[in-house]
Amino acid sequence: MIAFMIRRLAQALIVIFIISLIGFAIKQSVGDPVRELTGISVSAEERQEFREKLGLNDPWYVQYGRFLGHTLQGDLGTSFFYKRPATEVILEKAPATLELVFVSSLIIILFSVPLGVFSAIRPDHFFSRLLMGGSIVGVSIPVFLTAIMMVYIFSIKLGWFPSYGRGELVMLGGWGTGLLTVDGWMHILMPSVALSSIMLPLFIRLIRAEMMEVLESEYIKYAWAKGLSSRRVWFVHAFKNTLLPVITVGGVQLGVTIAFTILTETVFQWQGLGFMFMEAVERSDAPLLVAYLMFVGVVMVGVNTIVDLIYGLVNPTIRIAGVK
Amino acid sequence: MSRLQTFRDSYLWYSFRRDKVAIASLVVLVLLVLMAVFAPLIAPYNPYDPEMIDIMNSEIPPAWEDGGTTAFLLGTDSQGRDMLSTMIYGMRISILIGIGAVALQAVLGVLIGLFAGYHGGRLDAFFMRAADVQLSFSYLMVAIFLSAILQAVVGVARFGEIAIPFLILVIGFSQWPQYARTVRASVLAERRKEYVEAARVAGFPSHRIILGQIFPNTLSPILVLSTIQVANAVMSEAALSFLGLGMPIDRPSLGSLINSGFEFIFSGAWWITVLPGVLLVILVLSINLLGDFLRDVFNPKLYKG
Repeated sequence: MIAFMIRRLAQALIVIFIISLIGFAIKQSVGDPVRELTGISVSAEERQEFREKLGLNDPWYVQYGRFLGHTLQGDLGTSFFYKRPATEVILEKAPATLELVFVSSLIIILFSVPLGVFSAIRPDHFFSRLLMGGSIVGVSIPVFLTAIMMVYIFSIKLGWFPSYGRGELVMLGGWGTGLLTVDGWMHILMPSVALSSIMLPLFIRLIRAEMMEVLESEYIKYAWAKGLSSRRVWFVHAFKNTLLPVITVGGVQLGVTIAFTILTETVFQWQGLGFMFMEAVERSDAPLLVAYLMFVGVVMVGVNTIVDLIYGLVNPTIRIAGVK
Repeated sequence: MSRLQTFRDSYLWYSFRRDKVAIASLVVLVLLVLMAVFAPLIAPYNPYDPEMIDIMNSEIPPAWEDGGTTAFLLGTDSQGRDMLSTMIYGMRISILIGIGAVALQAVLGVLIGLFAGYHGGRLDAFFMRAADVQLSFSYLMVAIFLSAILQAVVGVARFGEIAIPFLILVIGFSQWPQYARTVRASVLAERRKEYVEAARVAGFPSHRIILGQIFPNTLSPILVLSTIQVANAVMSEAALSFLGLGMPIDRPSLGSLINSGFEFIFSGAWWITVLPGVLLVILVLSINLLGDFLRDVFNPKLYKG
């Protein structure tokens, strides 16, 4: 187990190192910090002097070392647009995205578990067939299209929900939350439903497939033979063993979810990280872009490593050769 | 003639004839692809020709709505382009990028999967780790980052000119792990079989064993995966274009059409967004349904979920 842990952590470090190299390369090639920081009325000599002062004339590995040092201290540079440290901007925008991901995960869990289990227990039921047919339609509709249709129907035609923004926020320390007001919930409902729309069918299918496989296994047959009630077989014996693969896949899907927050936040003008990222792209705000890349990269590597470690802990076969 | 006979006797054809959904989706897909291929002949207008565009015709609703005319069956967009023609040309670009990207990722992924799976060792470990890492970031994330960076480096105007080859590269490169993993899994199963052993004893060089003997036996998972991947690639392209990181608006794909129409949805001009959206869903859905059918026929246990 220890060897497995070390191998897994080493891999995570290598990946973070590669991400930092990519981040550094972007920073070097996008935008000119001297031009962004000084005005037009600065002479060429002064610019040259400024470059020297900022260390822009040093060899790249010296600059990379400095970049890495700053990054490790949590200093990801200053955003050209906000004129503030990029870390600060990211921390300010992160709660919006986290709340969005949180509410949509709630929706996914609340719906996918009962629906997936039901369609596994009664595969020939009319409703299960409908669900399977519906799920392939669901997978085929892009997130941003679902979001746009929701805006058109529920905001423009019916006027039930607001189409953009986060609504009334309550400050809890540095965390501006929309989950404590009715207005905040009205605003978060549509974006989170849209965000969960593509994951929900996937999870329903996954839970169904896993559960059906478990129901075929020997120990379930034994449980039936013992004369246990069907409720006990399904929900205690079978369901527990369905969860493990579902949790692993759930961890991997985090990356997909983050990609989809960019799309959802763009449609709903949700002031989170994804919206900030797209704005940074439009403004060629390199420090903020790099900061977002590093932030998301580290979060994803972290989550995946933890999920893998937990999985290794629970399922020893995976540790042996490191091959799945 | 004998090949046709083999096909007619095959399980694939047998199950296809009995599956109404598969037949319907194949018909729809073939129709859409024909429309895309023969776009210049079918589309009533040429959306790339500035002579045919009149800004006075902008935002005309579809013919069945109040204020619509039969000259523009599905209405016009904000620049006065005929929606029907623009959508057909847009679908042409979407399909072109989808197929191009899948061809690229298939070549990359299949080669890596074949050689890594056959030789094993360090090379294999390296590529599989790389695939794991890239998958954990999700292909869409990788594609969004790559295009955001490139757009920032080359500038928006220049980006528009090279958008098609670039999108093919980005989407192709971000999805190779799917192929590499699938192919590697079947290579690992094939490698131990006797025919491979026989070829090795006969003194075949390893690249001949890999390409000539093993590769043909990995084709059916590749076929199943390819259908799903074309749908994925079309969706990815639409997502990138929707974010403004894909096709420019003067040569729109379905995604950039949806994007350009989004701001007009608030003023009631729903058709600029909704109609290309519907077309996109029909296209992706028919590919997905076919993929589902193929998966059931070839190998019911190939994928979960």
